[in-house]
Amino acid sequence: MTMKFDLKQQTVRELNQALHDLPKDATDEINVDNLMGEHNVAVGLDQPISVNLNGHAGYYCAGMNQKAEVVINGNAGQGVAENMMSGKVHVKGNASQSAGATAHGGLLVIDGDAAARCGISMKGVDIVVKGSVGHMSAFMGQSGCLVVCGDAGEALGDSLYEVHIYVKGRVESLGADCVKKEMRAEHLEELSQLLKEAGCEDDPAEFTRYGSARQLYTFKVDNASAY
Amino acid sequence: MSEKQPGLIESATFSRDVINEIQRAADTGIYDIRGFGAKRKVPHFDDLLFLGASMSRYPLEGYREKCGTDVTLGTRFAKNPIKLDTVVTIAGMSFGALSANAKEALGRGANMAGTSTTTGDGGMTPEERKTSKTLVYQYLPSRYGMNPDDLRKADAIEVVLGQGAKPGGGGMLLGQKITDRVAKMRDLPKGIDQRSACRHPDWTGPDDLAIKIQELREITDWNVPIYVKIGATRTYYDVKLAVKAGADVIVLDGMQGGTAATQDVFIEHVGIPTMAAIPQAVRALQEMDMHRKVQLIVSGGIRSGADVAKCMALGADAVAIGTAALIALGCNHPKWDEEYQKIGSAAGYYDDYHEGKCPAGISTQDPELAARLDPELAGRRLANYLNVLTMEAQTLARACGKSHLHNLEPEDLVALNVEAAAMAGVPLAGTDWIPGRHSY
Ligand SMILES: Cc1cc2nc3c(=O)[nH]c(=O)nc-3n(C[C@H](O)[C@H](O)[C@H](O)COP(=O)(O)O)c2cc1C
Repeated sequence: MTMKFDLKQQTVRELNQALHDLPKDATDEINVDNLMGEHNVAVGLDQPISVNLNGHAGYYCAGMNQKAEVVINGNAGQGVAENMMSGKVHVKGNASQSAGATAHGGLLVIDGDAAARCGISMKGVDIVVKGSVGHMSAFMGQSGCLVVCGDAGEALGDSLYEVHIYVKGRVESLGADCVKKEMRAEHLEELSQLLKEAGCEDDPAEFTRYGSARQLYTFKVDNASAY
Repeated sequence: MSEKQPGLIESATFSRDVINEIQRAADTGIYDIRGFGAKRKVPHFDDLLFLGASMSRYPLEGYREKCGTDVTLGTRFAKNPIKLDTVVTIAGMSFGALSANAKEALGRGANMAGTSTTTGDGGMTPEERKTSKTLVYQYLPSRYGMNPDDLRKADAIEVVLGQGAKPGGGGMLLGQKITDRVAKMRDLPKGIDQRSACRHPDWTGPDDLAIKIQELREITDWNVPIYVKIGATRTYYDVKLAVKAGADVIVLDGMQGGTAATQDVFIEHVGIPTMAAIPQAVRALQEMDMHRKVQLIVSGGIRSGADVAKCMALGADAVAIGTAALIALGCNHPKWDEEYQKIGSAAGYYDDYHEGKCPAGISTQDPELAARLDPELAGRRLANYLNVLTMEAQTLARACGKSHLHNLEPEDLVALNVEAAAMAGVPLAGTDWIPGRHSY
């Protein structure tokens, strides 16, 4: 079934409630026009539905997503797909700060650039950014993968736990405890898979891998200034 | 420690405790991390007294005339506000910091007394959801274990901006408490220190918070109340901003508030006393015409029904207890004194919650230690204690002629010293002088 919404005619509340009210196994296709920067559009979804959002999204678009596939045909504001659990969110434009923050699962694809703190505190999500990411990306990242086809800003992977970071372009600087690592076969395979899922043509061999040096894992006096 | 001999004069500046701390710092090269709340003496509720009724007011008959203790929280926007039988609630304490048995005991005790419990850093366990009839789910900067399924299972959501023990600070759960289960809940490797951030990862400032609160409401279809918890510092402004951002309930935690693990220097030197913070919060609410519409829950050093009643008189709608609830379960009980001694402490002094060696089986993840706490028995003890707090508060309210705890008012209080008078905004006993307020 196809449903149509227009945020010029309907409120975000009406849209979200209608989506939440769909049965758990719904596979509907939903088209939403005129996003006009509205916040909290399509948050808390929990069905394998496809949602097409036309226009620019405000904060937290597709926040806490489960199972749904959400496409934003425009730019996304702060915290797109924050705390996503599963499913897929695809931003066709650029994404503002904290894209995919704390997300536990699923795939976030950003065709343009992502601003500061992309993947901050990520907990299992995979994020593929076709452009560049801003400073402090993957800050305190716990698990999952961050793939950047462009460049990365300052302090990439600061205080990193177990996230795998792959960057094709230049890295302005690495954050505390984040180091360059060897790209082994399993990493190339993981990266190829993610690039494929995100629809990228880039050659995995051109990427560099970064990860945690694991020096901050247990408190050491000599590291006190890094905490 | 040597007995004090005449002629041996201890320095007030360099006391033996201070000397000990300097030597400890020199030995280890690391600041002291501990649990519990501030240990220094600060102006507190003990510095306030009630004016019982006599000629100009008349009291209510104890046991016979009704004195209500119930409270409804979250009446501003939520479809389903929380209704509790007593104004005393259980503060947020994480599974991780506390054993599963301790969490279960808190739930059992709270259910018996008709009140709520709160999750903590690390997420919601299925057991605590099952045990606690009314459960508040914390939304913290770390977002450990945060997920929309649990969010929808919660009876209320508490957005944590800070704690009284460490306003402006994050958390730290040391590796020794990270078992497989705790690690899994937090998506981190086992046995490593877990740092909790001090700021939320996807918003900063009150305007963002308004959108964040709206997001949480949208996800939960506007069903449950949203609390905002702040550590007491610039309380007047923080409360105004939290109300503006759309909070249903403000949770205000004063500097004496307990913690599971924080630097001692933070616990003792940051924030303002609970008593000083309440009038600031109430003034902010009143100026916005939101007093009693946005409910105020106060915590930080609440021990007795007198403390509860004094919070109510200063304008709180409810209180929350952390440390006192753990003590009711059995924390620092003399029966464990020998065991406390073995780990370099003593019953009545134990504050190393972060080490996970709690002899009473409360602040530990060691299965053998945790098994020492019988959740049924400990829950019964907590229920007893909660009932005593409520009855004591009622006794004082009736003495002031009040048929509900919420009818207590600042006018019922006086202060024992100038500091308390100025902070609480009530007259110095025996005078009509409130320092800082002119009344000519
Ligand atoms: C063992 C322990 C664990 C705590 N964990 C949390 C937590 O996870 N989140 C939080 O907001 N506050 C936490 N707190 C603070 C309490 O929620 C509450 O603010 C404080 O205990 C109130 O002061 P009181 O202990 O003097 O009653 C914790 C406190 C203790 C004692």
